[in-house]
Amino acid sequence: MKKLLILGAGTAGTMMANKLHKALDKEEWEITIVDQFKTHYYQPGFLFIPFNIYTKQDVIKPKSNFFPAGIKVIYNSIHKIVGDENKVLLQGGQVLQYDYLIIATGAQTRPDETPGLKDKLWYKSIFDFYTIEGAVALQDYFKHFEGGKLVMCIAELPYKCPVAPIEFVCLAEAFFTKKGIRDKVDITYVTPMSGAFTKPVASKMLGDLLAEKNIKVVADFYLERVDNDKKTIVAYDEREIEFDVLTVVPTNMGDEMILRSGLGDDLNFVHTNKHTLQSEKYKNIFVLGDAANLPTSKAGSVAHFASEILFENLMSAIEGRPLMAKFDGHANCYIETGYGKGALIDFNYATEPLPGTFPLPGIGPFGLLKNTKINHYGKILFRWIYWHILLKGKEMPIEADMTMAGKKRI
Amino acid sequence: MAEKTIAGKSIAVTDEGYLTNTSQWSKEIAMEMAKEDGIDLGPKHFEILEYLRKEVAAGESLSIRKVGKSGIADVKELYQLFPGGPLKLSSKYAGIPKPTSCV
Ligand SMILES: Cc1cc2nc3c(=O)[nH]c(=O)nc-3n(C[C@H](O)[C@H](O)[C@H](O)COP(=O)(O)OP(=O)(O)OC[C@H]3O[C@@H](n4cnc5c(N)ncnc54)[C@H](O)[C@@H]3O)c2cc1C
Repeated sequence: MKKLLILGAGTAGTMMANKLHKALDKEEWEITIVDQFKTHYYQPGFLFIPFNIYTKQDVIKPKSNFFPAGIKVIYNSIHKIVGDENKVLLQGGQVLQYDYLIIATGAQTRPDETPGLKDKLWYKSIFDFYTIEGAVALQDYFKHFEGGKLVMCIAELPYKCPVAPIEFVCLAEAFFTKKGIRDKVDITYVTPMSGAFTKPVASKMLGDLLAEKNIKVVADFYLERVDNDKKTIVAYDEREIEFDVLTVVPTNMGDEMILRSGLGDDLNFVHTNKHTLQSEKYKNIFVLGDAANLPTSKAGSVAHFASEILFENLMSAIEGRPLMAKFDGHANCYIETGYGKGALIDFNYATEPLPGTFPLPGIGPFGLLKNTKINHYGKILFRWIYWHILLKGKEMPIEADMTMAGKKRI
Repeated sequence: MAEKTIAGKSIAVTDEGYLTNTSQWSKEIAMEMAKEDGIDLGPKHFEILEYLRKEVAAGESLSIRKVGKSGIADVKELYQLFPGGPLKLSSKYAGIPKPTSCV
């Protein structure tokens, strides 16, 4: 039997297991997937927990619900990939051999990278909402919050779902308005980028949106440390911002296992060919999802589009054909903006987010870079699509390659 | 795209003042560009610029974290050397493209 091994059973790994199980000859191939946890988290849902829109139960399901029958599942921690010997070491000494390997171990938050972040105020007045624990702790905190300075700070680039912190402050603004304490809450959005977002057109649109909602933006702020006594965040250039409650996107990094395997960059993201999705080091290793060092968003939608390219290239590699499919960096993100509205951006390596309609030119129904009610339903629908279509590796009615149809150059 | 006369030479630059042809770079050009921003380049600055040019030539992507681990200067020192935006400024003086922080 030939062996196909998938490391990580999150969004990307699960999706790939389903696609490959359908395509590969079952007499010839054994598919194995490894993950340390038994629970699948719908991470985009974490954003809604602090505001009581989702509960913990809405965002968790057993991973086993999503694996196709007939693949081998191992729940264990991955220790190291030994690429020269085509093998993977698990914790406790188990060794797995492979003919082809897919790395899908994602990205994690690393609050320990910033001095003072995970200190005495952690989960008392400093929270992240990128983990289930952080989201739930913040939900509890907001129950008793009566006002003060709310600071949303992004520690470092890149981080997964680049629009999530913008959505967070928009939802917070709406939440406090509804609670009748908006005038007592001062909201500040602090980012290492030069504006609300990196790409110029989207940055302007999102910057205007935040200004409209009376949310201050502090740009070019690169977080050095948190002063727990003074309750301030301090930048490398000595600027300081006071907070009563700090919500933070900590530094995002790939798993330590990537470091031990010698496959990653300085943030443990795997060196990956941005078009073929093959590892830069080994021809029989492919990388999907947040684990890759691709210059595009770390998002579930990106993993979905990339999975179609990876699938084609893996099949080519197996059959000894050249890798013809080229990923274009396609990302498609719904941005929840509060009050039942949302915005949508669609872009790739070469084209920044532009206004227009999506997916049908001139029709939509979704409006690109517009704040509309229908975009909000897109986001709500996304959870259903995620559990029922995306993870199962089923076809979606959207092309993997980005299209200019429906977009306006400005 | 524009032409600009820097240190007596006509140089192709972007609207934001980044060199479009890195081979047109020289130390004199770097000095003059930095002077416009009120920065006097010393040996430490040039060590950083050389490092950046080498990394970019090797096809590596740059981040402040990475430069801070280069062994030449840590992030804090980078902010002292290039006040305001170490990576943006040092890239400009090094004659390499403006770093694109990815999203
Ligand atoms: C708050 C938030 C909001 C988001 N919103 C959106 C959104 O609106 N739209 C969107 O498209 N995306 C969104 N995302 C991003 C999306 O959730 C991720 O991009 C996606 O889950 C990435 O999938 P992945 O498979 O690469 O990583 P993951 O789903 O994180 O899976 C990685 C898996 O690898 C396992 N693993 C890692 N290391 C090891 C090891 N050493 N041993 C064993 N197992 C290991 C982990 O346990 C995990 O199960 C959001 C993310 C967050 C945090």
